[in-house]
Amino acid sequence: MKKIIQRVGVLTLGALILTGSSMTAFAQDRSYTYNYDYLEDVQDSPDTYSVSGTFTYMDFGLDTNFKNPEGLCVHDDLVYVCDSGNNRIVELKRTSKDKLELSRIIDSFQGEASLNTFSNPTDLAVSEAGEFYICDKGNGRILKLDQNLNYMMEFTKPDDSSLDSSLTFQPSKLVIDTAGRVYCTASGINKGLIKYEADGTFSGFVGATKASYNWTDYIWKRFATQEQRAKMVAFVPTEYDNVYMDYEGFIYACTSSADEDSLRSEDADAVRKLNLMGNDILVRNGNLPIYGDRYWGYGGGHDGPSQFTDVTTFDNDIYVCLDKNRGRLFGYDDQGRIVYIFGSNGNMEGYFNRAAALEHMDYDLLVLDSLDCSITLFVPTEFGSLIYQAIDEFDQGNYVKSGETWQKVMDIDGNYDLAYIGIGRSLLRQEKYHEAMKYFELKYDDENYSKAYKQYRKEWVEEHIVIIVIVILALFLIPLAIGKIKRLKHEIDTADIFKV
Amino acid sequence: MIASLKQKETWKRYLASLRFALYCITHPFDGFWDLTHEKRGTYAAANTILILTLIARIAKLRYTSFLFLTVYWEGINIFLYLASVLFPLLLWVVGNWALTTLFDGKGKLGQVYMGTCYALTPYPLMQFPLMIFSNFVTVDEREFYTVLSAISLIWALLLIIAAMNQIHEFNMGKNLLFTVFSLFAMLVMVFILMLFFSMISQGVAYFVSLGREIMFRL
Repeated sequence: MKKIIQRVGVLTLGALILTGSSMTAFAQDRSYTYNYDYLEDVQDSPDTYSVSGTFTYMDFGLDTNFKNPEGLCVHDDLVYVCDSGNNRIVELKRTSKDKLELSRIIDSFQGEASLNTFSNPTDLAVSEAGEFYICDKGNGRILKLDQNLNYMMEFTKPDDSSLDSSLTFQPSKLVIDTAGRVYCTASGINKGLIKYEADGTFSGFVGATKASYNWTDYIWKRFATQEQRAKMVAFVPTEYDNVYMDYEGFIYACTSSADEDSLRSEDADAVRKLNLMGNDILVRNGNLPIYGDRYWGYGGGHDGPSQFTDVTTFDNDIYVCLDKNRGRLFGYDDQGRIVYIFGSNGNMEGYFNRAAALEHMDYDLLVLDSLDCSITLFVPTEFGSLIYQAIDEFDQGNYVKSGETWQKVMDIDGNYDLAYIGIGRSLLRQEKYHEAMKYFELKYDDENYSKAYKQYRKEWVEEHIVIIVIVILALFLIPLAIGKIKRLKHEIDTADIFKV
Repeated sequence: MIASLKQKETWKRYLASLRFALYCITHPFDGFWDLTHEKRGTYAAANTILILTLIARIAKLRYTSFLFLTVYWEGINIFLYLASVLFPLLLWVVGNWALTTLFDGKGKLGQVYMGTCYALTPYPLMQFPLMIFSNFVTVDEREFYTVLSAISLIWALLLIIAAMNQIHEFNMGKNLLFTVFSLFAMLVMVFILMLFFSMISQGVAYFVSLGREIMFRL
């Protein structure tokens, strides 16, 4: 009896431990890096980026802390931080893989300008020749300085009748193209990007977003009184938050204030890729619209959709968007499929409090946090590098090699959809259609599956054409023959000569 | 009952009534008149068609190409899935009969059921071949599938209307009117059912909490 009791006790204890351990296994948090699979489920993923260093003013030997820094710019190995609150620009130099060092502080310039200091500089761009273009927001101008910080010219409020004359011009973000044209965003101007020619003349607005409104608001507005209407949100086009010009001269523009309903629709407008005409040419072939997180529930003090506050594009057309709402980075490939998602809000390394700006240096990412006043430097992990390598190899036409690299990616993470599709695309290029179909089917990639299947079907028909013709002929001939034989038999049966 | 199964006549009648479904879907007015008035339909055949419909609906999930149907297997409850056909069917049959019987409808409950089941024939008839066909097409040829699939549903819908017309011996205007009314009747029944279940669950919850309270006090 005692033994039985003991055994039961041991068993229950064992069961308790087992359930306990399995419960802890399920109660785990999401991994730092994750992805959405083809069924839009969250899949944990190995890290694609790891923090190489977090830098604050002390690391650079500055005597005053950054104050609400807003802009970040990378030129070769130099990093410019717009320390907006302190009216200065800090130039940093990347000396090694995990080191940023102070190069100089820019807080004034020479030349015949009305004012030779900055007020709330928010963004900066450097041309190939080394000229600086600075959004001097507080002074309402965009400054153009040469590489020795001599004043060259300035771009001021556009002379356009459609703009309210009482509006103070506050340029906030800008990009420049190779011809020296300037595209900038300004607070309170929602007609698109302001475009200046190289000589400083205003030449129009580019890429205005459509005014978004939902119809319930519209109906409410019809019944509202004048006072109520004034308090309602106006149906206006959304302003761009930030812009980035890629290596081909296309402008990536993102907005954090897109309407939730318009985000839910297929052609989400959180990020746009503008060509010279200002048309959106972003490819949206992914499972999900390009709006960041799929699930917008409340968590950690944040809810609602992701708010893209900055975007940057690598030379392989992968672009990364920075979500200021949940402090996350979203990498998308040239087809608009999610490559990786990582980051979060918090106080640990690799977490942000108010992510403000994003830049890249080769494949390394720099994130500026305007509340923590810090710069976080991310470098790709082995997993991340393999993904980039596979994509680069495919773009260069090394399809076999790309397939092998994707296989390595899959070995690290078997839940990584792009690896399956990558292997499939590589097989497709190698004309192994049937194998390619299997990989595409596993991840429900209908477009690529159809491409492979079309070829496979063609091949199959060509191979079996003889059998197909025989079968079709047989279908026609056999009933014909049977009919003939029956008739013959009937004739014989009823023939006179056999009648006795 | 079992003795009759052994007779050849029973089987002959069953097969003939099943084959009659094919006549019904091509000649709806004539077919559905004969179905009940000439007693050419059987419940066995009606049940068979209903079961085939259910099987088609489930088989579709598994065997349709992923190009047309993305199935989230974790979210599928097969009983709920079956109920998504059976429950509206039940509501329709009861609702339609209950209404029409008050307004000179000649159909009996069983006849409404039989007619509706016979009218479902195009669904399994087209969905099974479509299921196989879907595995041999690419996204560019997607339209064939969607159009044919829609046709099978619209066809069944029109057949239901035609069946009710003949079973209740209504004219077309009155029939359409009562089709709409039956839909409202279905809504009312759903409402009452929901009310009923929420009342019951509230009632049960009351006694459960009462019991708990007593157990705490003891």
